[in-house]
Amino acid sequence: MIALAIIIGVAAGVLSGLFGIGGGVLLVPALALVLGLDQVEAEATSLLAIVPVAAVGAWRQRSYGNLDIRAGLTIGAFAAVAAVAGVALVNVLPVELIRYAFAVLMLYVAWRMATSALKQLRSTTDSTAAGGS
Amino acid sequence: MLSPRISQLAIIGIATGIFSGLFGVGGGIVLVPLLVLWVGFDERRAAATSLLAIVIAASAGAAAQILYGNVDYLAALTVGIPAVGGVLIGTWLQHRIPVAVVQLLFSGLLVVVAVLVAFE
Repeated sequence: MIALAIIIGVAAGVLSGLFGIGGGVLLVPALALVLGLDQVEAEATSLLAIVPVAAVGAWRQRSYGNLDIRAGLTIGAFAAVAAVAGVALVNVLPVELIRYAFAVLMLYVAWRMATSALKQLRSTTDSTAAGGS
Repeated sequence: MLSPRISQLAIIGIATGIFSGLFGVGGGIVLVPLLVLWVGFDERRAAATSLLAIVIAASAGAAAQILYGNVDYLAALTVGIPAVGGVLIGTWLQHRIPVAVVQLLFSGLLVVVAVLVAFE
């Protein structure tokens, strides 16, 4: 069980570095289902584990020249405050309903991201072809 | 290099925080697409900036959870230490894969998370 948790931990870190996410999408299930924490503990523990992971990732990205420090700090500060509001809203809003709306919104965003990526890929191929001819 | 307006960053931060608080999804899932589609960051810059924002937001969240006594430190180390190793691999990979391919993979990840959120 520990070995599985370690493997999932590595995978969460790879996703984190590759996509700029925290990795909670893998860490929370690993903590809950593999290590047997309850849902609240799993989410809390995942948050703590994410801090050094994201910090190391941001530090590596900074050395690659990709990091916008001002943007990151500003977004992070607003997100930290707003997360408190989000947690409070869980107890007030019909979360089940919003859950589906959010999932649909994410699918739409996925489609937008994919089409924009494909456009970039196509224009790269075109310019390569143009450069070659 | 384009410099995003502070109001844009504030709105992105607030949206990220509320959604992660509501659904327990990490901020990056919300934050990276907003930076790419709305601000016009490329996928690498969005991912890097997202990681720094997550450090701030997750630190605040973790501090609150520590006060509530919800954190299991041994479990945090068990997954956290391997994940730090993983993030070195991930950033190394990201630097070597074409930016559009990373973005395409990210949209796949979004679909997976959408399904997980819907069927939680």
